[in-house]
Amino acid sequence: MTSSPGSCSSHTYPRHWRRPPQLITTRRWRLAIPLLALAYLILALGSLEVEGARLMEGLSRGARFVQGFLQPDFTSRWHDIRQGLIESLTMTLTATVVGVLVSIPIGVGAARNLSPRPVYMVCRSVVAISRSLQEIIIAIFLVAMFGFGPFAGFLTLAFASIGFVAKLLADDIEEASASQIEAIRATGASGLQLIHYAIQPQVMPRLIGLSLYRLDINFRESAVIGIVGAGGIGATLNTAIDRYEYDSAGAILLIVIAIVMFAEYGSSYLRKTLQ
Amino acid sequence: MSALDSRPGEPAHYSQVWCFRTPRARLALWGGWVALVALFVWCWQVMNANTLWVFVADAPDQAVDIGSRMFPPDPTYLPELLLPLWDTLNIATLGTLGGIILAIPVAFLAAGNTTPSTLLVRPVALFIIVSSRSINSLIWALLLVALIGPGLLAGIVAIALRSIGFVGKLLYEAIEETDGRQVEAVTATGAGRAQVIHYGIVPQVLPAFWGIAMFRWDINIRESTILGLVGAGGIGMKLQSSIDTLAWSQVATILIVILATVVVSEALSARVRRALI
Repeated sequence: MTSSPGSCSSHTYPRHWRRPPQLITTRRWRLAIPLLALAYLILALGSLEVEGARLMEGLSRGARFVQGFLQPDFTSRWHDIRQGLIESLTMTLTATVVGVLVSIPIGVGAARNLSPRPVYMVCRSVVAISRSLQEIIIAIFLVAMFGFGPFAGFLTLAFASIGFVAKLLADDIEEASASQIEAIRATGASGLQLIHYAIQPQVMPRLIGLSLYRLDINFRESAVIGIVGAGGIGATLNTAIDRYEYDSAGAILLIVIAIVMFAEYGSSYLRKTLQ
Repeated sequence: MSALDSRPGEPAHYSQVWCFRTPRARLALWGGWVALVALFVWCWQVMNANTLWVFVADAPDQAVDIGSRMFPPDPTYLPELLLPLWDTLNIATLGTLGGIILAIPVAFLAAGNTTPSTLLVRPVALFIIVSSRSINSLIWALLLVALIGPGLLAGIVAIALRSIGFVGKLLYEAIEETDGRQVEAVTATGAGRAQVIHYGIVPQVLPAFWGIAMFRWDINIRESTILGLVGAGGIGMKLQSSIDTLAWSQVATILIVILATVVVSEALSARVRRALI
């Protein structure tokens, strides 16, 4: 180091500027963190078992998969693909509608500025449970209870939507302008009227945006939960990959990507026009 | 009515009741809602054409049955879970690392102010980001298990490929939001392209970058717990085998371990992010 506190007074300024350390300013941690990270990396990579032969085989399969992607086969499994798509799309829509309808009261209940403390606690714990459980794990249980098929998938997605929509809705209600709530309250409005005239206009654009976003997420998830038997395009995809039919798998993935992109652009366009 | 009410240029008659919307807007709104309800009913019927309602009616009994089998969780199974848990953490961490390494160049190519070409390179980078995001990590894992065989490596690569889109998107947005004046100042010193990025842009996006990385690591911990369901290693494999053998008390133990891991990783990630920002 050319610069030390003492050398400043003797007018020997450093010839080269060195960027001061960012983020981690204590020297000890700056040394310790990379060392710890390196130790972890060695340990973690050590527990990795890589077989060269298997990987080489994987390369040739990968080439076949890429080929399947480039020449997707929509026709030979079209019946299954169509069935899976219909299941996925219908399940997505119904689950989003039901999920949002259930989330509205829960979201209102989970807003600190509207509901009494016991209601708040109950609603927040419902949200926490729904958010901490993975869709796939919920789907496993619901398939075990309701049997294979899209109904279990519908319930999974609806349940998962509650955590997402209710939490963001509640946060939004808590951020709503208090003066409007006060104004409506001053007219002698009841609780329901308060929600209708003071809260609803403030959060409605956001709720619509959230619902559209959740629709998008639910479609993506519906492409996955079929793997554990909850219906939808995931089941078709799983079968195609199990049978090494990479051209059909490629076709399914292309369809999924196309729908997701369409949903993303469509929902952002809709949100923009609605707000 | 007094004379004051009929000034020129104003309607002679005001409605007695205040309405939130014009009649036309209300009609459109109602039409929209009715269409949505009709679509919902139709979808419901299509979706449930093959549903066996006997199973649905049976579900509460099944739930009680599974619940009673799950309780109490089997604590003796815990030692067997430590190694898969370590594997899961490795899948998430190494996967995040790989994803970040792949995502950084993609983000710089996708950001409008750093991309070498908005016509050619930027759309390609954006396409990489979108396609990575639109395929779930479980599907990536399904593909990779078929390609390179079951095990940790498939999980790590799946997580890495999935993370590109998330990290890439947030990072390129952060790069686009950087202050142009600092870049200009660095350019004015005669710095080259790489130096501009190093001194002008990297310091501005670094806190955001670490925040994004921690956030993704947290998400990846969640996702890596279930990748084992398709054979990509980690605790999910134990979950799958316990479900297959109907060992519900073991399932309960695994779920508790997963939940604890997720909660701890979330708290850790939130703490690091708060320290950064």
